[in-house]
Amino acid sequence: MARREALTGYLFILPTYLGFLLFVLGPVTASLGLSLFDWDLLAQQAPRFVGSRNFADLAADARLLTSFRNTLTFVVGAVGLEITIALLLAVAVQGIRSRPLTYFLRTSFFVPLTLSGAAVAVVLSYLFQKEFGVLNYYLTLVGGPRIPWLAASGWSLVAVIFASTWRSLGFNFIIFVAGVQNISRDMYEAAEIDGAGAWAKLSHVTIPLLSPTILFVTVIGVIGALQVFEQPFIMTRGGPGDSSRTVVMIIYESAFQNLAIGYGAAIASLLFVLIMAFTLLQFWLARRWVHYG
Amino acid sequence: MARSVAQLAALDRAANTRARVVGLAGRAVLGTLLVLLALVWLAPIVWTVSTSLRTPAQSFSLPPKWLPTDWAVGNYGQVFERVPFAPILANSVKVSLAIVLGQLVTASMAGYAFARLRFPGKNVLFVLLMASLMVPGQATIIPVFLLVKWFGLADTLWSLILPAWVTAFGVFFMRQAFLQIPQEMVDAAKIDGANQWQIFARVFVPLTTGPMAVLAILSFNTFWNEFFRPLIFLSSQTNFTLPLGLVALQGYLGTGSLSIVLAGVVISMVPVLLIFVFAQRYVIEGIARTGVKG
Repeated sequence: MARREALTGYLFILPTYLGFLLFVLGPVTASLGLSLFDWDLLAQQAPRFVGSRNFADLAADARLLTSFRNTLTFVVGAVGLEITIALLLAVAVQGIRSRPLTYFLRTSFFVPLTLSGAAVAVVLSYLFQKEFGVLNYYLTLVGGPRIPWLAASGWSLVAVIFASTWRSLGFNFIIFVAGVQNISRDMYEAAEIDGAGAWAKLSHVTIPLLSPTILFVTVIGVIGALQVFEQPFIMTRGGPGDSSRTVVMIIYESAFQNLAIGYGAAIASLLFVLIMAFTLLQFWLARRWVHYG
Repeated sequence: MARSVAQLAALDRAANTRARVVGLAGRAVLGTLLVLLALVWLAPIVWTVSTSLRTPAQSFSLPPKWLPTDWAVGNYGQVFERVPFAPILANSVKVSLAIVLGQLVTASMAGYAFARLRFPGKNVLFVLLMASLMVPGQATIIPVFLLVKWFGLADTLWSLILPAWVTAFGVFFMRQAFLQIPQEMVDAAKIDGANQWQIFARVFVPLTTGPMAVLAILSFNTFWNEFFRPLIFLSSQTNFTLPLGLVALQGYLGTGSLSIVLAGVVISMVPVLLIFVFAQRYVIEGIARTGVKG
């Protein structure tokens, strides 16, 4: 009986595990391995073991360094904006009693999330247009400057951050709204008796009690943001110059356009390690400030 | 004395009313601000829809018009002439549905085994599988691409479908759902002489259609909108999926019109928007549940 059950268990996980070995575990290992080889598919040459040479080349690659700087700027900007705005919105929506209004607000902030990153990038690249763009039209209307969003190296990354925030905010918003609903009314009433105003309630009740949720959203957000690709790829092609080129764009260019498989794998491995490190760091930091109720 | 008690009560009532009025006013201001912000948030979508219905000459007109003016429905037909949009649309439907169905099968089977069956090595196998949640797609894309080429699947829809049938998130999600089914239901089925497969198919699957719908919707949305893998795996336009098709369409902007590109965008977003409108509860619940229990 127990042996039959065990056999059934293995059969049930077989499809998932076959796929896992073939398409996840195998490739992760292979990617780390490939990063030690020089393998140029374009030259039709066989892979040649070069040890750590790819990694030595990485360190000297100025464009890669720029792309890392851009990616980190993007992570801080996009994740920071998405969490701050979503949290404030969730708290504000809490004060709305009308159900249809709550439904409307929830839907409005969520809808961009259903669009593809590609569609968002296509649409926003028109809205961000310097001469004919809708955004600059309203900016100049209120006396603002005509900003070259996509055409100046100081602005391209900002435009990419805004585009990303517009799309992803809804995810954090929904999670924060659910989190805020879980906080007991009593906590706020107790705070009010102690004379707490809106700001004190936010900083002493909502944020501490929401901290596990904030951590979750930050980890998910950072992991996603470190892999940013389609917005800069479509909106700016990484430019002007390399001003909005991200790490994944360099992986794509190295491995799939220049067909330098080993070098691409080395960058991919580096990004993988970075993502793991970030995740672990956030969990370590969490022990110091997250309040589990 | 009696009068002053009444007076105090009246004063108290007045203070209460004042607090309520202030609270009401505060909420009205807050509500107005939120509605304004929501309208700003919706503006790009409204602009996309209304511009997709404008004649080419009007498409860049400023000040922006937020409502459709020309009703140039022909733009939607043009989308299908500029790029092979009909096969592209069909490809997206095929790929997304095939991935969703496959994931439901693999994730519910594995989720059931990890939730309700006993077998040696179960915990280690589960933890190892969950570790893959931390592996970003870029870390595996190069070997997976080589594998797909080696299988002879490069530039086919199968290159997208097959690797996507593994879903650690789906297994985790379905395991959670199966854990909540009471043991009595299993015992009752066993008394009726049901075997493990029958218990799974006739007891557990019918009781978890809700979570399966959530998983299906989240996964459909992900793969309908996917860009990175299609960009790498597919090379001929007739094999493209929608996001690639939109970029191809945008490439024709030099010779064509903005309205046509935006008509393409609208077509690509209709299915997911419809799913969201009709299954909003499932979508919101799914996302909220992954986050709060996180």
